[in-house]
Amino acid sequence: MGKALDIKGLQKVYGNDFQALKGIDLSVEEGDFFALLGPNGAGKSTTIGVICSLVKKTAGKVSVFGHDIDQDFSLAKQELGIVPQEFNFSQFETPWRIVLNQAGYYGMPRELAKERAEEYLRKLGLWEKRNDQARMLSGGMKRRLMIVRALIHKPRLLILDEPTAGVDIELRRSMWEFLKEINEAGTTIILTTHYLEEAESLCRNIAIINHGEIVENTSVKALLKTLNKEHFVLDTKEALAQLPELNGYSCQLIEDHSIEIEVEKGQSLNPVFLALQEQGVEVLSMRNKANRLEELFVSMVSKNGGEG
Amino acid sequence: MTLQQQWVALQTILNKEIHRFSRIWVQTLLPPVITMSLYFVIFGTLIGSRIGEMGGFSYMEFVVPGLIMMSVITNSYSNVVSSFYSAKFQHSIEEILVSPTPNYIILIGYVLGGVARGLAVGFLVTLMSLLFTKLQVQNLAITIAIVFLTSVLFSLMGFINAVFANSFDDISIVPTFILTPLTYLGGVFYSISLLPEFWQGLSLLNPILYMVNVFRYGILGVTDIQVHYAFMGVMAFIVVLATISMYLLESGKRLRS
Repeated sequence: MGKALDIKGLQKVYGNDFQALKGIDLSVEEGDFFALLGPNGAGKSTTIGVICSLVKKTAGKVSVFGHDIDQDFSLAKQELGIVPQEFNFSQFETPWRIVLNQAGYYGMPRELAKERAEEYLRKLGLWEKRNDQARMLSGGMKRRLMIVRALIHKPRLLILDEPTAGVDIELRRSMWEFLKEINEAGTTIILTTHYLEEAESLCRNIAIINHGEIVENTSVKALLKTLNKEHFVLDTKEALAQLPELNGYSCQLIEDHSIEIEVEKGQSLNPVFLALQEQGVEVLSMRNKANRLEELFVSMVSKNGGEG
Repeated sequence: MTLQQQWVALQTILNKEIHRFSRIWVQTLLPPVITMSLYFVIFGTLIGSRIGEMGGFSYMEFVVPGLIMMSVITNSYSNVVSSFYSAKFQHSIEEILVSPTPNYIILIGYVLGGVARGLAVGFLVTLMSLLFTKLQVQNLAITIAIVFLTSVLFSLMGFINAVFANSFDDISIVPTFILTPLTYLGGVFYSISLLPEFWQGLSLLNPILYMVNVFRYGILGVTDIQVHYAFMGVMAFIVVLATISMYLLESGKRLRS
């Protein structure tokens, strides 16, 4: 497998001397589902902007499937599909024309473009709306329209900049399924998101960017292994007047039916249940208090000086 | 991109532009026809009948070519400036910028869009003028060539204006303060031979004078200036403006961060 994306020493200094990227190196393997995480202003969108040529880099090299974006810009762009954070289509055009025009900009013959446009618009539930003005679509539909537009030329690398921002849970889940499907069919996907649950459930590899630098670049599994503590919430059948005695565990009563317990890596939960049983406390359910990746993300970003 | 793919990209931009101004024809095609009809009625019929002859022709015959050219100039310009600036404003220009479409195809596509609207309006205004006067074209090749080149020139100017514009107000500055005065003083309504010598000399610095006069020459066979100089001047302007436009696209100024 080759590299879908290879970034070396990428720097970007804006006109006001703000250094958005401080020489980042990043590689994404072909076929990967990759997450690029970071707080607001960390450099995620600037990185994506450079890859798709909307932002001019100050220094460094970027290649897409081995095509340098400066030397072979045409080939590099043919391999690339972009779903930006903000809606960037004409609000007065119809989805049908928006998608067909995009195909035209990639030199695709009209008949082939029509076939593909119908296929993707149907798949993403926009076929019935194809002749409405884009401004009449809901936020979720507009996001799906941008996905159709990005896929129309069948790119081998799809980059999505917060594709599910502001999308309701049901639609988010259906978009996840669709993205998984096209990833399994061979499309490499890079995703930036603020929903860390999204990154944890979809992505195999992950990079965390902060203040224009890559602070972590590993697999999601390896990253989660570094988690030292987890917090669990136990929901009890009866209301608790006071916190049960759980020696060796840091815990607190967060509601009269819920206890939060901090568990160190490798520490067993069995003694907790035994102790609760002895004290006559019946546990109905147990859940993670917070997303595990979220805890790691917060600790890494705060180690590197907080939000930029 | 192969040449065939570039051809598809060019057709796409041109079709998009023609579809855009056709979709909003009430804002793009109808107003110049109504405005020019009023000019024909007021300047041609009502006032023109009291003016008498100009350059050996009735005032209506004299003023019609100038008014057709005026509508071609303003519509070529405003099509590109408003379309490209709107695409910048809505960020839909990114659709083309992230694609492999070469910059020169982007420029040619938008310019041909401006030319298409300029010619469409010019054609409609010409049809309307036939209700008021007879037009007997003396030199069809010169007439078509100067209309085409003029609309290319003003489409390029509209493109440059759109790249630099930061707001919708900025796209009306050039038409209001430069194009309209130059057009009105460019021999649309009068022959510069009527002016005192100093003002005649000053008028020769106005590029629109040359375009209007060559167009009038194509239709009526009379002109205040040398036709071949006018063509050379228009071509030179086109080369300069196209070079500036390509520089703006290649450097990404005001289009890429």
